[in-house]
Amino acid sequence: MTAAMIQQLVDGLAALMLLTSFALLAQHRMLSVLNWFAVQGLLLAVTAAVVAYGSDNHELYISAVMTFLLKGLLLPWLLWRVIRELHVHREVEPLMNTSLTMLLALGVTLFSFHVIQPIEKISQLMTRDSMAIATACVLLGMLMMITRRKAITQVVGFLAVENSLFFAAIGSTNGMPLVVEIGIAFDVLIAALIFGLFFFQIRDTFDSLEVDAMNAHLIHGDDEE
Amino acid sequence: MSSSFVQVLQAVLLVLLAPLAAGFVATCKARLQNRRGAGIWQPWRNLRKLFAKQVVMASHASWIFRTAPYVVFTATLTAASVVPALLVDTPLSMTADVIALVALLALARFFMALAGMDIGTAFGGMGASREMTFGALAEPAMLMSIFVLSLSAHSTNLTTMINHTLNSPFALHPSLAFAFVAMLMIAVAENGRIPVDNPDTHLELTMIHEAMILEYSGRHLALMEWAAMVKLLLFATLITDLFIPWGMTLTADPAGVVLALALWLFKLAGLLFILAVIETGLAKLRLFEVPEYLSGAFVIAFLGLLSFYMLEVGV
Repeated sequence: MTAAMIQQLVDGLAALMLLTSFALLAQHRMLSVLNWFAVQGLLLAVTAAVVAYGSDNHELYISAVMTFLLKGLLLPWLLWRVIRELHVHREVEPLMNTSLTMLLALGVTLFSFHVIQPIEKISQLMTRDSMAIATACVLLGMLMMITRRKAITQVVGFLAVENSLFFAAIGSTNGMPLVVEIGIAFDVLIAALIFGLFFFQIRDTFDSLEVDAMNAHLIHGDDEE
Repeated sequence: MSSSFVQVLQAVLLVLLAPLAAGFVATCKARLQNRRGAGIWQPWRNLRKLFAKQVVMASHASWIFRTAPYVVFTATLTAASVVPALLVDTPLSMTADVIALVALLALARFFMALAGMDIGTAFGGMGASREMTFGALAEPAMLMSIFVLSLSAHSTNLTTMINHTLNSPFALHPSLAFAFVAMLMIAVAENGRIPVDNPDTHLELTMIHEAMILEYSGRHLALMEWAAMVKLLLFATLITDLFIPWGMTLTADPAGVVLALALWLFKLAGLLFILAVIETGLAKLRLFEVPEYLSGAFVIAFLGLLSFYMLEVGV
């Protein structure tokens, strides 16, 4: 494969990354959110492998395999188990209607493109085009965190932000040192486990996973005292 | 062969093949659902029957109701005769502008909605209001997905765009993939197919197209239905023009035209088969979810536009 082909492939994968970020925002059901999250993890692994091939960086192959196992399989499975045991797989319940969220998402994407454009001009990497998309994906993950009511969807948003950061790292520097990457991967895993425990605790304490319910409960608790 | 002859030939073919294409989709659907189906000639038989029948009209019908079928059919016919199907550079290619094409289809839509409201029945008004609501969402999405291609070709003229695609070297274009998906979604919606509208029945409360033409009979109904069939084939041809133009002939010599014709029919059959599979596999959306479907198409088209700027301008 030539360098031009690899660059096109990375560009195509970046475009798919953006698509999965939008798809995560547009879903109504928890299960489809998780499916898209798993797809995003797989895409990330494929991107890492392609960049590893293109830049002849063998450490990236290891992180590609790690990404595949962790973000493509393990995390979605963990979250899937949580939603099955908590019976929250029905609706996602966004704070705004979907069309408005999508319009906001388009605005956010335009904004990140505008911000990144000057940086792209000075970069010489074959993956420089994907930087704008990685930034957009980070912001879209944050948008997902602030427009959802359920704690579990917010966690998916958080993990999507982490995915996009990893994508940005591949795109801007051809990957981080392997030690750092392994550290981050374990951090994310531990975070997901702790989140999982938290969900059970939150449900036991507040009888709901809705963030508003927690607020109301706390304020109400203050009134009683 | 002169290029004007090919121009006339492709327009006539588009109009005459339209009922066959509708019949082909219906037959594919029937086979996929383990039915035998009525055969691909059934739409032609229906049209012949309708043309022979007497026109029954409500006593309140005004001239709008009487002229609307002719306006709708003529507008669709004009649009169909302008789109290049076999030959890239036809005598009418200067008029083959995408914006003009969308405007012609909008004219047809406008008169159909007027005719739906003219009689004053509940269904006509309902169908018209739905059609206009969804049309207002579908048209920007369609234009947006076409603009993705126009951006790289620097023109909204179909002939220029096809030439650009034929002459550019092969490369992966994520923006085109987005535009293609958006265009497919819009084509399904614009032609009143499942999951947006059900073309097989006029017994549904959520019908759109059928609700507007419910009061028509005889030759008026025949023209309306024929126009709808031509529109389906027009969209299929537009998609092949924009995204898979390879095989269209640049010169009007007989061998090239025959080869282009064969490839065109092959591509159409492929697209129509995909449509049949989509219609068999999906259920109809709830009416209130259609705007979400259409804005989804718009978002995908817009993503195509953005990824063009992000990924392909500098390359």
